[in-house]
Amino acid sequence: YRPLRRVLLILPFDAADLPATDASFLPDLELRSGGQRGPSLPASPTTSLDRFQVQPREEYASPGIALARSVEEPSATTEDGGESHRHGGGFQMVQWEWSYVQTPYIIAIWILVASVAKILFHFSQRFTTVVPESCMLILLGLVLGGIVLLTSKKQLYQLEPGLFFLFLLPTIVGDAGYFMPARLFFDNLGAILLYAVVGTLWNAFCTGFCLYGVKLLGIIDQKVQAGLMEFLLFGALISAVDPVAVLAVFEEVHVNETLFIIVFGESLLNDAVTVVLYKVYMSFVEVGPENVQTADYFKGVASFLIVSIGGTMVGLIFAALLAFITRFTKKVRIIEPLLVFLMVYLAYLTAELFSLSAILSMTFCGIGCNKYVEANISQKSRTTVKYTMKTLASIAETIIFIFLGISAVDKSKWAWDTGLISCTLIFIFVFRALGVVMQTWVLNWFRLVPLDKIDQVVMSYGGLRGAVAFALVVLLDAERVPAKDYFVATTIIVVFFTVMFQGLTIKPLVNWLKVPRATNRKPTINEEIHERAFDHCLTAVEDIAGLNGYHHWRDKWEQFDKNYLSKLLLRKSVYRKSELWEVYQKINIRDAISVIDQGGNVLTSARLSLPSMASRASFPEVTNVTNYLRENGSGVCLDLQVIDNVPGAKVEEESETHHFLAGNLYKPRRRYQSHYSRHFMTVGDHERQDREIFQRNMKSRMETFKTTRHKRHSHKKDRSQKKRRGSDVKEQDLNDKPRRNVSWQDKDPVVVTVESEDEKGEHLEPEKEEDVGITFVARKVPDTPKERPKSVPAGLEVCQSPSVAPPSPTCSERNLPWKGGIGTLPVCVSMEATKIIPIDLQQAWNQSISSLESLASPPGPVEPLHPRVSALSRLGGQRPVSYSGSGVSGSGFGSRGAGSIVAQGIARFEFPPGGEEKEEEEGALSDQEQELQPLVSSSVRRNPCVYLRSLVTAPPPGSEPLARSRGPTQL
Amino acid sequence: MPWLNGTRSQQSLSLNTVCFFAVSHSQITRLYSRFTSLDKGENGTLSREDFQRIPELAINPLGDRIINAFFPEGEDQVNFRGFMRTLAHFRPIEDNEKNKDPTASEPLNSRTNKLLFAFQLYDLDRDDKISRDELLQVLRMMVGVNISDEQLGSIADRTIQEADQNGDNSISFNEFIKVGNLQHIYVWAGDHYLILT
Repeated sequence: YRPLRRVLLILPFDAADLPATDASFLPDLELRSGGQRGPSLPASPTTSLDRFQVQPREEYASPGIALARSVEEPSATTEDGGESHRHGGGFQMVQWEWSYVQTPYIIAIWILVASVAKILFHFSQRFTTVVPESCMLILLGLVLGGIVLLTSKKQLYQLEPGLFFLFLLPTIVGDAGYFMPARLFFDNLGAILLYAVVGTLWNAFCTGFCLYGVKLLGIIDQKVQAGLMEFLLFGALISAVDPVAVLAVFEEVHVNETLFIIVFGESLLNDAVTVVLYKVYMSFVEVGPENVQTADYFKGVASFLIVSIGGTMVGLIFAALLAFITRFTKKVRIIEPLLVFLMVYLAYLTAELFSLSAILSMTFCGIGCNKYVEANISQKSRTTVKYTMKTLASIAETIIFIFLGISAVDKSKWAWDTGLISCTLIFIFVFRALGVVMQTWVLNWFRLVPLDKIDQVVMSYGGLRGAVAFALVVLLDAERVPAKDYFVATTIIVVFFTVMFQGLTIKPLVNWLKVPRATNRKPTINEEIHERAFDHCLTAVEDIAGLNGYHHWRDKWEQFDKNYLSKLLLRKSVYRKSELWEVYQKINIRDAISVIDQGGNVLTSARLSLPSMASRASFPEVTNVTNYLRENGSGVCLDLQVIDNVPGAKVEEESETHHFLAGNLYKPRRRYQSHYSRHFMTVGDHERQDREIFQRNMKSRMETFKTTRHKRHSHKKDRSQKKRRGSDVKEQDLNDKPRRNVSWQDKDPVVVTVESEDEKGEHLEPEKEEDVGITFVARKVPDTPKERPKSVPAGLEVCQSPSVAPPSPTCSERNLPWKGGIGTLPVCVSMEATKIIPIDLQQAWNQSISSLESLASPPGPVEPLHPRVSALSRLGGQRPVSYSGSGVSGSGFGSRGAGSIVAQGIARFEFPPGGEEKEEEEGALSDQEQELQPLVSSSVRRNPCVYLRSLVTAPPPGSEPLARSRGPTQL
Repeated sequence: MPWLNGTRSQQSLSLNTVCFFAVSHSQITRLYSRFTSLDKGENGTLSREDFQRIPELAINPLGDRIINAFFPEGEDQVNFRGFMRTLAHFRPIEDNEKNKDPTASEPLNSRTNKLLFAFQLYDLDRDDKISRDELLQVLRMMVGVNISDEQLGSIADRTIQEADQNGDNSISFNEFIKVGNLQHIYVWAGDHYLILT
């Protein structure tokens, strides 16, 4: 609490120092002087809720600006007594600028306090499992409030409704809405709506009427001056289940998903009811109950419809807007997260603006946009959105609870009336339980899976009240509602009781009742598939039985979504992808990461098997993984080739050592000078390593290009290519800086720039490769492998593509002249490589493969240039640079590299595949070349997932099963 | 009720009481009227063509599989009893599985039978195993044209890999139940308002 104490020490000093500017307490957003609270409330109350919320903010915003200005302008400094007092005495080396930084400073300190408090609570595992965090935060708030009270004699801080509704609540609701499990939510929407609307109305009316009845009976003291309308108003605000409290408590309890979504969904959706009831009663209280006309009740009902449906519509409109905008952020990935936050927040504010239900709006905005936004934005943005949202929500929650605690310690609030408090507590609990039981009874007529008694107990007990009720009751106008102080005190007690007592006991209760818990499972591909199958199945049965039931409409919606919405809101590239495939990839990547996280080095654990890979058990006839992979053409398999190539046991041992080292030690990489860019994320070291491995693969792949024929490009093509290259250069420049820092032994970066199919801008593949255009830079690491035997390298560098594997590798290796040239590449797969390649490079890999495909199987003679391969340029290195033309296609080098390589410093590879000629030549290939055929053919079949699989499953050199089986393959 | 007279009513009444008497009278009436409206030949049985005439089924990727589920092996007609028997799989689960008597025959709407029904959608050759080919067929039905064969193949591989426990490269019914907590799926169906009201 030290930081706080410091602030507390500062504050009185500041107040003394600036006696004239008592208002200097006002500027801080959250911590307003308690004494100022009264006047801050609008003198002429309006029915509009948002007026109430906005007004305080305006008030304290202006002094903040004035203060800030006072420091900037010297003239203002003299006006300010405090400033001039401090600044007097000429130039000062160190100046005390408290008033300048006060507002943000105190906010920051509070957030710090909240964070530290959170950290401290989680020190003790046993403690946190028993006591929910929210309880501890409230207790901490009480303690802090006590300290403040002791030091400054009056409560300076309280949970400010303006701050709460405009900043704290949206962060929590936004997080909840965006990450709401949509399927679960809509599956249970009926129950949620019933509880949210009918349940809340029931609670509000019953509590209100009964309190009034109790008042008439004289149990509530006469000092509490409240009529029926006041009690109904109080009932309305106290009856709503609070999303913040529910989230805080239920997240720790881990009840099953259905139960959670019903309670939580209710707490979100009842906002509309609460808002309307509150507004209606406020206006009734204003005009006086005797003046209320019948028409007003109908207006109230209409208002409810407008507020709820309008809020939902606003949310959905913003969801559509957001999804639509993210369609076009390909070039500016960095602002994607910001867009998400902005639009979701704007949905909230807009609803507030029209005094619609802001929580509904934000919730539906989140639910609605999630699917499209997540598909549109990049992986990094997704992670950013997730973490930022969670961070903000968590901090907001912490602050809310601390301030609830602090707000309670305020003498002015303690208008205690035992009768009112105890009656309220009893009523809200009883009516909640009654309401739940009755509604569940109705619901169970319809529900496929009925809610049993245990569920009902948890639902009644989980009806927690929280900060929303408190903020609403603070907003009451003391002149219109004379019993406001009593209501405030009662609300505080109710909130504390529900959050602390019920929050504390709900866990033991859930344990005792043996409520089915949420299983923290990761989704499996099986579930994904079967669930879809079941859905189709249920839809079909509904159709057969002639029912237009839930599945029927869901299916209709999905058709609509697929045919229109997705087309409009998703990028073309995303839209064309199969959802199932996406899920599959996600699961694969997750598995790969978890295996690597747990098992360390993938390469050294021979028996490692991922669920994603075909297990050896299921292919008993395949004795050798290498064989298996090769037979299946399963693409790149790092390292496998080495094993086949290594001749002697000693060499093998050495290479094993090398691999072990290379896999486990950090690779001796050059340092990259950090490159700062505001607009693009610099690629981290890990990623760079991965990129390099990827680049190596590409290089070896490009060697195989030579085996295919490349026709000289026509001039027309040339021009169009230059155009494209022009645009590429821009992107390359971004990558240029870091690259320059690398001293290339081989000064020739091989840049393969690949463009998408249509020039119009719908770049299909490179979308996920966000930051830069895809440049594959082949590089070498000089002098690295001291321990590597001389005989290995040649084999090593080919090893990335096992399908090159000829029957006699060593022989072919000698015969393949280019192999020696780049033989110093270290062969190693770092752990990080496998982690990131799937996510980051898969797209690029896919792309490269497709470009390979296009080489191997040209589209046709009519279309001379396959658009994906727009430019493949390389600088001349040690390799023979200028052999050119299709004419050479017969002998020696030409037989392999029958492409057109123009040596002009930057020689460009063109792949204008003339189909027929290629075939002819393939026919003319010599025996040696036919060894390469597997690659050509298999590269067609390759796909990124196989690549991933092979990455992960690549067995270590010399591991047992491989060592045994090496004999037959080696020849 | 016309169907309460004559042979058809005999069939209905002789049905497994567990699975049918829980269906209310009005439900049976409604389904019978649906049955007759589907029955274009008006011969008291439904043929495959009758089912295929339902427009929604034509766009259901698994429509044909489900139609097949209505027809016992070797038959191409289904009477009202068979119709109801199949639909009975989709009635909500009533009993808690805990207090179920293991000796009694399981009702058709038990969890196991529901899952068996789903399983048989995949298992074409009725060998109590979902082979890779069978899985691929279903996958191909369910995905669009955007996914390539080898992508689908790897998904199928992965799926089998995930579920396969005895290494026979296929999914048996036990594996099907266990995998990924499949039981949860029917529960998950939440409160959609009754597949068979």
